[in-house]
Amino acid sequence: MTIKANRLDPESYASNFSDVHPPFETKEGALVEANRCLFCYDAPCTKSCPTSIDVPQFIREITTANIKGSAKTIFDANILGAGCSRVCPVEKLCEGACVYNNLHEKPISIARLQRYSTEMAIREKWPLYQRKPDNGKRVAVVGAGPAGLACAHALSLAGTAVDIYEKEEKGGGLMTYGVAAYKVTPEFCQDEVDWVLSLGGITVHYGKALGKDVQLSELNEKYDAVFLGIGVGVARELGIPGEELEGVVDAISFIYELRTNSYEKIAVGDKVAVIGMGMTAIDAATQSIRLGAKEVTLIYRRTEHEKPCTQKELDIARLDGCQFIWLAAPKEVIGNDGKVTQLVCSRMKLGEPDASGRRAPVDTGETFTLAVDMIIKAAGQIPFVDVVSGAAIKHQSGKMIIDATTSTNIAGVFAGGDCVNGGKEVVNAVQAGKDGAASILTYLGITN
Amino acid sequence: MANLQSDFLGIKSPNPFWLASAPPTDKKINVLRAFEAGWGGVVWKTLGSQVKNVSSRYSAVDYGGHRVMGFNNIELISDRPLDINLQEIREVIREFPDRAMVVSLMADNYREAWHEMVKKVEDTGAHGIELNFGCPHGMVERGMGAVVGQDPEIAKMVVEWVMEVATIPVITKLTPNVHSVVPTGRAVVQAGSNGLSLINTIQSVTGVDLDTLVPNPNVGGQSVFGGYCGPAVKPIALKFLTTIAQDEVTNKVPVSGIGGVSTWRDAAEFMLLGASNVQICTAAMKYGFRIINDLCSGLSNWMDEKGYATVNDFVGLSVPKITRWEELDLNFHITAKINQDNCIHCGLCYIACEDTSHQAINKADGDPYNTYTVKDEECVGCNLCKLVCPVDNCITMEVARKGDEYLNWTEFQRRGLPLNDH
Repeated sequence: MTIKANRLDPESYASNFSDVHPPFETKEGALVEANRCLFCYDAPCTKSCPTSIDVPQFIREITTANIKGSAKTIFDANILGAGCSRVCPVEKLCEGACVYNNLHEKPISIARLQRYSTEMAIREKWPLYQRKPDNGKRVAVVGAGPAGLACAHALSLAGTAVDIYEKEEKGGGLMTYGVAAYKVTPEFCQDEVDWVLSLGGITVHYGKALGKDVQLSELNEKYDAVFLGIGVGVARELGIPGEELEGVVDAISFIYELRTNSYEKIAVGDKVAVIGMGMTAIDAATQSIRLGAKEVTLIYRRTEHEKPCTQKELDIARLDGCQFIWLAAPKEVIGNDGKVTQLVCSRMKLGEPDASGRRAPVDTGETFTLAVDMIIKAAGQIPFVDVVSGAAIKHQSGKMIIDATTSTNIAGVFAGGDCVNGGKEVVNAVQAGKDGAASILTYLGITN
Repeated sequence: MANLQSDFLGIKSPNPFWLASAPPTDKKINVLRAFEAGWGGVVWKTLGSQVKNVSSRYSAVDYGGHRVMGFNNIELISDRPLDINLQEIREVIREFPDRAMVVSLMADNYREAWHEMVKKVEDTGAHGIELNFGCPHGMVERGMGAVVGQDPEIAKMVVEWVMEVATIPVITKLTPNVHSVVPTGRAVVQAGSNGLSLINTIQSVTGVDLDTLVPNPNVGGQSVFGGYCGPAVKPIALKFLTTIAQDEVTNKVPVSGIGGVSTWRDAAEFMLLGASNVQICTAAMKYGFRIINDLCSGLSNWMDEKGYATVNDFVGLSVPKITRWEELDLNFHITAKINQDNCIHCGLCYIACEDTSHQAINKADGDPYNTYTVKDEECVGCNLCKLVCPVDNCITMEVARKGDEYLNWTEFQRRGLPLNDH
């Protein structure tokens, strides 16, 4: 057993990491699907979208060959509508609410249709937006992820000059660095960031991390307002013996490496255990097996019924050949020569419901041991506590506390996205960015 | 199993489905394929003086992702040599003696021309003649087609010429490009036409190409009005058909129904409103002759369910149910009822009623599904919500009479009863 890179030939990498949800290949394909849409009123799909995209409207615009109008309808609600069409867990959002589900029929493929319109807009570089004249205000946005980009776009649209400070070398945040490679390519992420920035009025300063290269106090002084959309980053520790052994990695870093290097450079074990059952856990598991791991096992404390990932995601992992062990929690990592060789797990059972409303796992006292050479931790992420407390922002376990106007405890400093909610979907971050921009504009006395 | 045998003016066919005079019946090869597929008969594409056709010839109206909801053409009568057509007609009759062979005619506008054409057709052994008084394009400019059908006097004269020599049944095909088909219908029946067929195509422009700005169909950058047909014209055809079935002169002769018949359901509807058989073209042009299978089995199954043994048993049964507005019962009242078990919460009933009708549907917001209920006191029973609802039997119209007695407008006025107060 060994951890190594370059397990596959180039064709296999290319095929393993091609689009997991392919787009419509033809206009006719999109039209057949668009024409199925009933054009619901006060539509459940729209109500289930965190950014409230007017789904029936944009689909109707596809049916009339008004793709510009369709893309504009989407972007008006969600400037990252293209990325969301690829990474949203639509089965629990818009598509999950589609009224066709009530007829026990396949819901409208909203995500694919959204991708159809938005990608055409980005590819054709349609100038759908025009900034208002300069309003004389300057706002700093920290983080060029979904929240920051959405906030910056809305601010700039209103005529505000925006400087974004981003710790990485590219924009897009989680989209660029934190989701499985078969959902979005680096090129797509770059195109989407370019699309947002093409509005003008937004300058991104890359390689500038908050608390290190740039301080909140400076920003607050230099700008009329600040929006913090710094996300969450660090993977939660398992807190078990042996966690420091070589071969134990965290999913965030693993996917970050995958997204910033070519596939053959990414090392993966023969037998990989993934701890957790959220979307990131699924991403880590499927990417491992697609990198050539011989055996990948997902380990989760509760049962399939309580899984945090969607059924659709679980099915991808299942079809990829991943194994699942339910009701198991990691207890100890055992190694040899400083390298992982085994994972000892406790067998769990379900007890009383916990704060989340789900039945809590309880240790039965029994254990079992898996032979593994790599362990990927994907049991949640924790916020940048040091950065947050270092900037004197009120927080709860590192999650920034904001009021109804998205303002932090510091006047002129607003926040939104994962750094506030602890880690939700991209689409939630976009809405948080929009809300932040609206509050900032009000704070700055700018009316639309 | 119901008997689909049809007898139209003594012209027998194994089923009441004929292919209308049109491109599918222009050549032996097409007609043989139709008969092999099971069609009951054909009306051979109109024979007449020599013409030349253009390219392109057809255009269509699409709707909601479906192609060819409506269809138009600018093709003229048969552009093949008359002798070849006559020879092929003869050959087809020999190969399929059990099928109906009717030949459509449009001669030049003088007696001898018609006489000569009728004789030539009879000489082939054809079972009947259909007079094309309806073609709305191309021939009109030469004083033929719809020009004849639009003027009862001219139509009458031509039919009289035809009847002077015809020994086989003569059917006159009526144009819908008139405010009423009845005057011409009466004239030709009085002149001796043995039967009628309707409707021919409707003058139309199907659309304009938004890139080139040339209307459809495009013939080298220009267009002309074309004859409209297909599913879109069915309601218009049914109306004209009904007026023929209601008129005491025209309802004495059998009628062959034409105009957007695509399915057995359409055929049954045409026959219920007075057609003895139907002629079909556009549906075959879209899908090919194989649609005959469903036409026959569907009609037969429906007849079995309704207890009709022959295709004559239900002809015209719905005609008396179309009356004058003044005869409608004002005390009849229905209100919509939304079956919550079937509702999928699309909100289409609500927005249709709220925006465009009587604000008679209540919306109770839910996440993400709203609940819709009818405000009985506001509902006028217009059917709109039921029509837009995508689920069958989700919205039903329940009878809630305003009074027990039958009360029509004439009586309502006579009694001086009050009109609506809102």
